[in-house]
Amino acid sequence: MLHYILRRILTMIPTLLIISMLVFVIIQLPPGDYLESHIAELQSQGESVDEKKIEFLRKQYGLDRPLPEQYGLWLIGMLQGDFGYSFEYDLPVTDVVGDRLFLTVLISITTILFTWAVAFPIGIYSATHQYSWGDYGLSTLGFLGLATPNFLLALVMLYFANVYFGTSIGGLMAPEYIDTPWSFDKLVSILEHLWIPVIVIGTSGTAGMIRRLRANLLDELQKQYVTTGRAKGLPPGRLLRKYPLRIALNFFVADIGNLLPTVISGAEIVAVVMSLPTTGPLLLSALQSQDMYLAGSFLMFLAVLTVFGVLVSDILLALLDPRIRLGGGIDK
Amino acid sequence: MSARHFVSGEPFDPHSIEALTPVQEKYYLASQWKLMWWKLRRHRLAVICGVILALNYASILFSEVIAPYDLHTRHTDYIYSPPQAVHLFHDGEFIGPFVYGRGYELDMEILKRNYPEHRDEVLPLRFFCAGDPYRFWGLFEARFHFVCPPENGTFFLLGTDRLGRDMFSRITQGARVSLTIGLVGIAISFFFGIVIGGLAGYYGGWVDAVVQRLIEVIRSFPELPLWMALSAVLPVNWSPILIFFGITVILALLDWTGLARAVRSKLLSLREEDYCAAAELMGARPGRIIGRHLLPGFMSHLIASATLSVPAMILGETALSFLGLGLRPPVTSWGVLLNEAQNINVVALYPWLLFPVVPVVLVILAFNFFGDGLRDAADPYK
Repeated sequence: MLHYILRRILTMIPTLLIISMLVFVIIQLPPGDYLESHIAELQSQGESVDEKKIEFLRKQYGLDRPLPEQYGLWLIGMLQGDFGYSFEYDLPVTDVVGDRLFLTVLISITTILFTWAVAFPIGIYSATHQYSWGDYGLSTLGFLGLATPNFLLALVMLYFANVYFGTSIGGLMAPEYIDTPWSFDKLVSILEHLWIPVIVIGTSGTAGMIRRLRANLLDELQKQYVTTGRAKGLPPGRLLRKYPLRIALNFFVADIGNLLPTVISGAEIVAVVMSLPTTGPLLLSALQSQDMYLAGSFLMFLAVLTVFGVLVSDILLALLDPRIRLGGGIDK
Repeated sequence: MSARHFVSGEPFDPHSIEALTPVQEKYYLASQWKLMWWKLRRHRLAVICGVILALNYASILFSEVIAPYDLHTRHTDYIYSPPQAVHLFHDGEFIGPFVYGRGYELDMEILKRNYPEHRDEVLPLRFFCAGDPYRFWGLFEARFHFVCPPENGTFFLLGTDRLGRDMFSRITQGARVSLTIGLVGIAISFFFGIVIGGLAGYYGGWVDAVVQRLIEVIRSFPELPLWMALSAVLPVNWSPILIFFGITVILALLDWTGLARAVRSKLLSLREEDYCAAAELMGARPGRIIGRHLLPGFMSHLIASATLSVPAMILGETALSFLGLGLRPPVTSWGVLLNEAQNINVVALYPWLLFPVVPVVLVILAFNFFGDGLRDAADPYK
């Protein structure tokens, strides 16, 4: 088991390296460097440019050196916990990101739990009652969930939540709790606001998961061991719980690799619409103002978050399924 | 006494005992595409969705004719005007399609524009008529419209936006961009998918390993932030057309992985087949073997999976344009239209600005069901 986890963590390293290269290329793509556009912006606003500070930043982040070297510096900096400097906020990136990353993680995890809680019973029901009215109805609902753009659902839900429940619009907590230390009331306020983004972000992921779970369980139900079990007189519920469901459960955990990118993508756009204090709006504004260290770190954080999520699901899967622990693999 | 062995001298025709009925013959001799078509035809929902899609795509050829107004015509007297209903009967008397006239008053308390209906003013719609001029397919001037507003009146089937532009006209013409972006994007990602997946599957070894790694990385990355980052890179001073292609390429850049995977796994199994070995022995080059012998074997399957990834592209464009990182006005797509509906006031006060989402959902559902049907049909021997 330890051996497996170790091997799995080692294979993460090249993946993360490729991701960091991709991110670096993307943040380098706009013409000019960050400081040039920053200076131009300052001058256009008629503000004076602090030559010394610019010079210091240029030196600090090695912007005068060739690209591969810059990449190396960026990478080493990140390993030491220095993610660069946000020109827009005039702060180190780590200070800007802080809480926001935590809230992104919180929303993502809650959404995944929600997705599981909804998708699991519905997926099983659809598979065991194939071609029934319930199956058709739920499938149609699922398709609708896939087809509706997240941001629109967010807008509409926000409106109705405000009209019917009086939830304050936007944000992740009632206005009076912003910038206050953590307390029980603050937590309650967050929970009151959390359900809208969770449902909105969860819909498309849930719909996808129901479809995949249904297909997977259907395959399993047609196998011969199920027929054998039924022929031997096992009651249907016990038969389902004892064998096919267990195998489908593996897939369920493995599917987090498909789910997590969807959830995080959804979280970004929904956060912009609902002005949640997560990474979404900040990433958008960083991209628009070409504050590229900030944007780059965000992309990197999101990627690392996904990769780690997949790692966790792989380890869980290994715990569940001896075939994986022992070196084989299952087909996703 | 053993039985005498007897052989008839008559010439033997094996078909005489295993004669195929005409139906069977038709089935066994049909090409793969024909079999696919037969199988697809039985899938009701897929056929209906196929027809819906075909109608949608046909409509983009004539969007100016279908739309009652031009894309940019402003009606400054009718800003944020709610949808006008089409009536058939007035005072219990059949008149044909008509709308009621409208007045205008400003609610001074909340500064909201109201457009009360004048029940006595009956304005019949005109059909096959001359309206706003446009250049048909960019070739010649035309004024012909399928339906026009009544004389001295307006016809806003789905209301107007903040500049007083007719939403219905804008939606029908926005379809042009939104629908083509999916097709162009899928064409690009199809190309990438076949080339990269083909190389990985045919050569195997380290090429395969590198490609697999790359695909894994791209798939593990949340799409939207990456799309956002890439489209933020597009220079602001590009022309709308260039931006359009830029966005398409960006959408395609992340989408080819699924196709490449399908191509790879199919090739890996097919290249072991005897006919492939035979072609190799006869000296065919890899390009010819892949293109001529292997690809046709699973082309249908590929097309089906491509159909299933069009919706993601359409949604992607909508999301990007909604955030203001995608297409920019004056290019009009469904996403650009929804960009106007960004804040909650719209939902509360002018909900008709959300209408563009209806065609988005419809087209995406249709693509999903049609793609599902195609995928089932793609394997006609099952």
